[in-house]
Amino acid sequence: MAESIKDKVAIVGMGCTKFGERWDADIKDMITEAADEACKDAGVELKDIQAIWQGSQWGSQIVEGGVVTGTLVSSTLQTQYIPVTRVENACGTGAESLRGATFALAAKGYDLVMALGVEKCKDMGFGGLPSVWIGRWEPVYGAFGTGPGRYAMAATAYFAKYGLSNDDGKKLLAEISVKSHFYGAKNPKAHLRREVTVEQVLNAPMIAWPLGLFDCCGVTDGASAAILCRTEDAKKYRDDYVTIKAFGMAASPGWGKERIDYDFTYWDATQAAARAAYAEAGIKNPRKELDMVELHDCFSIAELIASESLFLCETGKFKEQMADKRAYYHDGEMPVNISGGLKSFGHPIGASGCREVYEVYKQIQKKAEEPSRQIKDVKLGLAHNQGGHPGKFVCGVTVVGAP
Amino acid sequence: MAGIVSYGAYVPMYRLSRAILGQVWGGGGKGEKAICNCDEDSITMAVEAGVDCLKGMDRKSVDALYFASTTAPFKEKQSASIVAAALDLREDIVASDFGNSLRCGTVALKAALDAVKSGSARNVLLVIADCRLPAPNSAYEPLFGDGAAAFLIGASHVVAEIEASYYLTSEFIDVWRLETDRLPRSWEERFILDEGYEAHMKKAFNSFLKARNAKGKDFTRAAFYAPNARSHQAVVKILGLDPKTQVEEPLFDSVGNTGAALAPMTLVAALEGAKPGDKILLGNYGDGADAHALLVTENIAKMKDRRGIKTYLKSKVMLENYGKYLTFRDLMPSEETPMTRPRTSLTAMWRDRNWVYRCHGHHCQKCGKTQFPPQKRCMYCQAEEKFLEEVPLAERKGVLFTYSMDERTAVIDPPNILAAVNLEGEVRIFSQMTDRDVKNIRVGMPMEMTFRRIHDALGVHNYFWKCRPARD
Repeated sequence: MAESIKDKVAIVGMGCTKFGERWDADIKDMITEAADEACKDAGVELKDIQAIWQGSQWGSQIVEGGVVTGTLVSSTLQTQYIPVTRVENACGTGAESLRGATFALAAKGYDLVMALGVEKCKDMGFGGLPSVWIGRWEPVYGAFGTGPGRYAMAATAYFAKYGLSNDDGKKLLAEISVKSHFYGAKNPKAHLRREVTVEQVLNAPMIAWPLGLFDCCGVTDGASAAILCRTEDAKKYRDDYVTIKAFGMAASPGWGKERIDYDFTYWDATQAAARAAYAEAGIKNPRKELDMVELHDCFSIAELIASESLFLCETGKFKEQMADKRAYYHDGEMPVNISGGLKSFGHPIGASGCREVYEVYKQIQKKAEEPSRQIKDVKLGLAHNQGGHPGKFVCGVTVVGAP
Repeated sequence: MAGIVSYGAYVPMYRLSRAILGQVWGGGGKGEKAICNCDEDSITMAVEAGVDCLKGMDRKSVDALYFASTTAPFKEKQSASIVAAALDLREDIVASDFGNSLRCGTVALKAALDAVKSGSARNVLLVIADCRLPAPNSAYEPLFGDGAAAFLIGASHVVAEIEASYYLTSEFIDVWRLETDRLPRSWEERFILDEGYEAHMKKAFNSFLKARNAKGKDFTRAAFYAPNARSHQAVVKILGLDPKTQVEEPLFDSVGNTGAALAPMTLVAALEGAKPGDKILLGNYGDGADAHALLVTENIAKMKDRRGIKTYLKSKVMLENYGKYLTFRDLMPSEETPMTRPRTSLTAMWRDRNWVYRCHGHHCQKCGKTQFPPQKRCMYCQAEEKFLEEVPLAERKGVLFTYSMDERTAVIDPPNILAAVNLEGEVRIFSQMTDRDVKNIRVGMPMEMTFRRIHDALGVHNYFWKCRPARD
């Protein structure tokens, strides 16, 4: 009989590289940076680690789309014949690496393991992400459908459903980006570290109408890592460890955008993963009970819709309940993406899910890199990570908290 | 009596004004020409004309498809077979390409009539499309336009009987393209117009009329090919036609010279205005000439819902500038980027042919919902594949549910517009939007499907369906 994972596994160390356009660092440099910081934070040595879950969509082989095996990590860190499992769920990869590590510990297969997410995106020679999928899976169906193009359809649909004029809708999204940049500017490890104004966001070049430049996250290099053990062993490593309260993981049936009854204004996989995670963690009212949320905001519209689909506010009420009240700021009622989010902290595909947990972990420990970003008294936080596109997501919701 | 059972035509949405060409190269020029979009070619235009022609017709009764063009997108590999699939015709038909001559359309017409008369085919669908590429700053550049026509040739329910035809074959060389040429070459203009076009048309028309003991004035309307307006007038004079009442103008100012498709499109225009009993004189030129007499029947009244030349002419967007035209026609070197190139798989396309070419979706017999693309399990009720039945979706109309306009995708004509379209019968199609005026797109607008070239990955033309704002 399956059992709840709640509080069975603890995170005792985490590391995260500086995110950004890391012209100075290759994928091996970043794996080492994140792993070393995590080991140091946990007070362990690499040779103590018994198994690794490595999350990466492409590694550094974005253009060629090369397969990345676990040897990427073993050959970099010179681990000696321990298992390295490579997991991949597109942009939702990071949550998957943590989940694999957690369940292996709960199954008592190991005592001390590492989860690591990494992506080297900026060796390609052009801006944006490549359309490697044209012809890869379907020769002609969905050709030229990019991330921005697909997410932007959700913005158009949201504006239409809730009667927002294009200008009002754009302004609502701009306020989200202003917040993301506000916190990115305060975060030393963030990729985009410049504050922007609503006017700047509105006047920026168009990427995929209605989303402009500042509605989109950058393309980022980075890595993040976590050291985990069973909770009964956690005290050996540190007193201020955090525990896993729940994993919700849902792969959608995948034909949302092709279904007449899907309107693009909610993320069904997020709703399913959130419901599962809340049930496991015993959360009845997420807005009240969660002290902070790091959610998957690769685009401004993604933050809006994820906030509703994680039930942080009522459906269709983001403007009133999140934006107008500034509830999503660090001193607000429901702090969201105080790291700067994927939008400003950066989004190295396979690293993001683990990086989101890093932010919650640091906030619980009151170690936000810059004190003005510290949220008061965090006991329970959520990391939301998804891969795919509107109508076809795989989503991981990870709830962590003080034990 | 055999003849035309149905007709259709197609004019691409984009028009290039001759004033723009004047601004670029100097000189004047009135009117405009139709140019196909960067995702169109003779195959896709032939499909469009075919769809127009087959409106209300029984596709199962089509026993052969003839495709005629001097600009077949493949040199080796039939175009007709792709057109037949996109038109969702039966598999057990004969398909054939006719090409290389501006007269290939009327040559194919003869083959179609012969097949019908001999009883080897009930109906033959004849599609004629051309998009000849003129050299920039050449005399042909303002002249050449793109378009297509289609005729269903059969022996029953004809709207215009083809009473008689005359064919003349000549080894005369005027305009040509060698095997590797993209652009046409030609001999001295006075020679090719006087000794070529006028002389051959005169000979063919005179022989034809003489044999029938007829004169130009016996016809209600004359629709025939000409390389340009001046030469057209010269033949009007030779035939003694009244330019005010008897002549169907060959679309030079609105569409341009559409090559092999010009005489067929002019004939469609003539049929659009025809009444029962009208006599139409049809003529074509290229490697000789031919002449035909058509008698319009009372069935012509049934053809009113064709878009034809008339409707397609009205629905247009002016191309903003010459640069766009150059990129549409791939006439300019473009910057090399490290961006990845699209890939394709002909293996996958073959497996997926019923939805890639035929635009078939699945109708679930358990829950009654229709879906696209076809599925392994019903996307609504998870019923197994055995409960999913193929249904054609290409002709269903729809409305735009949501969309985005991606400025940064490596397409020839950004923005790339992704669209979710809700078609009749509660079926959603996710696709690229083409033939759009980016300033005039709104949620809820009427949409329809259109067969297009998606990309040329790995050196092969990869076709599929897109959506576009409805063109009626």
